[in-house]
Amino acid sequence: MNTQAVRLDELYQEVILDHNRNPRNYAKLTEATSVAHGVNPLCGDHFDIYLVKEGALVKKVAFEGDGCAISKASASMMTQAVQGKSAQEASALKDHFIGLLTEPAPSPAHREGVGRLKFFEGVRNFPIRVKCATLAWRALEEALKGTEKQVSTE
Amino acid sequence: MLATKTLDVQKIRSEFPVLAQTMSGKPLVYLDNAASTQKPLAVIERMHRFLSSEYANIHRGVYSLSQEATRFVDEAREKCRAFLNAESASEIVFVRGATEAINVAAFSYGGKYVREGDEVLVSEMEHHSNIVPWQRLCEENKARLRVIPVSDRGELDMAAFQNKLLNPRTRIVAITHVSNALGTLNPVGEITRIAHKAGALVLVDGAQSAPHLKIDVRAMDCDFFCFSGHKVYGPTGIGVLYAKKKHLEAMDPYQYGGDMIESVTFEKTTYAKPPAKFEAGTPAIAEIIGLGAAIDYLNSLGLEAIAQYEHHLLEKATEALLEIRDLTLIGQARQKASLISFVLAGIHPHDVGTVLNEEGIAVRAGHHCAQPLMKRFGVPATTRASFAFYNTEAEIEALVEGIQRVRKLFK
Repeated sequence: MNTQAVRLDELYQEVILDHNRNPRNYAKLTEATSVAHGVNPLCGDHFDIYLVKEGALVKKVAFEGDGCAISKASASMMTQAVQGKSAQEASALKDHFIGLLTEPAPSPAHREGVGRLKFFEGVRNFPIRVKCATLAWRALEEALKGTEKQVSTE
Repeated sequence: MLATKTLDVQKIRSEFPVLAQTMSGKPLVYLDNAASTQKPLAVIERMHRFLSSEYANIHRGVYSLSQEATRFVDEAREKCRAFLNAESASEIVFVRGATEAINVAAFSYGGKYVREGDEVLVSEMEHHSNIVPWQRLCEENKARLRVIPVSDRGELDMAAFQNKLLNPRTRIVAITHVSNALGTLNPVGEITRIAHKAGALVLVDGAQSAPHLKIDVRAMDCDFFCFSGHKVYGPTGIGVLYAKKKHLEAMDPYQYGGDMIESVTFEKTTYAKPPAKFEAGTPAIAEIIGLGAAIDYLNSLGLEAIAQYEHHLLEKATEALLEIRDLTLIGQARQKASLISFVLAGIHPHDVGTVLNEEGIAVRAGHHCAQPLMKRFGVPATTRASFAFYNTEAEIEALVEGIQRVRKLFK
């Protein structure tokens, strides 16, 4: 296989393609205690993140919106990863995920910190797509704060 | 009529140094010409020569170098006049690009003459650059922005334009000549004729038509026309606003400062005549000269030969893409320039663009700065391949293979 094919396979891993085809927790939660809207004005990708918090517990997370395979799979896997965690744990996971993709060198601590979300590390080779992978997480950050607002990648 | 000469595409390709490289380890297949075109040696070398040995500021210099530079700029303005078939070179205003040209028309003309209760008409297929300035003008002047709808095929609803929307309150109709997202070629001559009968002026956004067609602003009879240098194989940062002389005289300046004045005292300033009235400050001299060289280059190939060859590429590409399963063309107007927008069922255009990039193919994926149009067609974005006269049938085959690769990956 040539280098391009390897790069693409690392970007579009089967698990990512699966979440793109069948996104999990794809719904609007009318009972949400906080909502955040994430948008990438350069490409038009946009997601709503719905959170149901009970005290410090993130009881339920869901998302709705439109985007590429990377952004949609990332949002889908994010909802699974943070559900049932405390807000603090969810926030730490968010820091690891964003750190893994955006820090100049891949860090072992972040790699360990993201657990099975390490599938997304291949996105590092496609700098233009990093914002796709982090969009839902940036929106989650706002939703965790409980302030209803819009976050933009730009 | 003389037979149109045919293009020697291999020779042309050798005149564009960028095209010889690889991208992602594959020969570069550059199909993003609607965003910007590559530069021929004729332009690169002309600008290099000017900056290396002929450079000086223009106007007022009594020394030879400045006089020569001034002459080059005057010559470039004349080339632009001929390129558009304008009546006078004084109707050619140098601006940064089509976006700035539309802003000048909207605020220097519209700002003065569009009043409360008046209407401005744009179409559903406009680029944001031909929506937002008019929207802002209408907010400022309490006017109403109205929209000509687009059919499923991607053509303007001319009946709605003529019978429902256009009325005595319509001051300006701002319409694109060729849609950057659909490729549709609009009947701008007919639109102008109809609009003028109702007393409205017409601005034609030529950013996507000037690279492909022979433009004749007098035959079109439009009031304003604009294009960008970087889309006609010239440099960035330079473009042209054409306006009929009477409008340029009636408009207020856009920016104020040096070079646009006749005389200045602390009590009162009188402005220079057009086009200087709209060209405050030192202009993009090297870029103006580069634009002149680009126009010379296009003329040397022949705009008819260019149009004919690009139409051939469009037909080939349309035919080939229509055979791909799950692919839908967005925009199938009867009259089109050489660009194709498409969507693949279940696959986001950004993923298409990323996979094509790995094949060395440069296309655009996104909303093409036409979000209202994307909404109209119910898609968040499209993938767009846009062709220039240096593209080949082999590159269309590479595109088709690349799309098949995308489908395989996402099946």
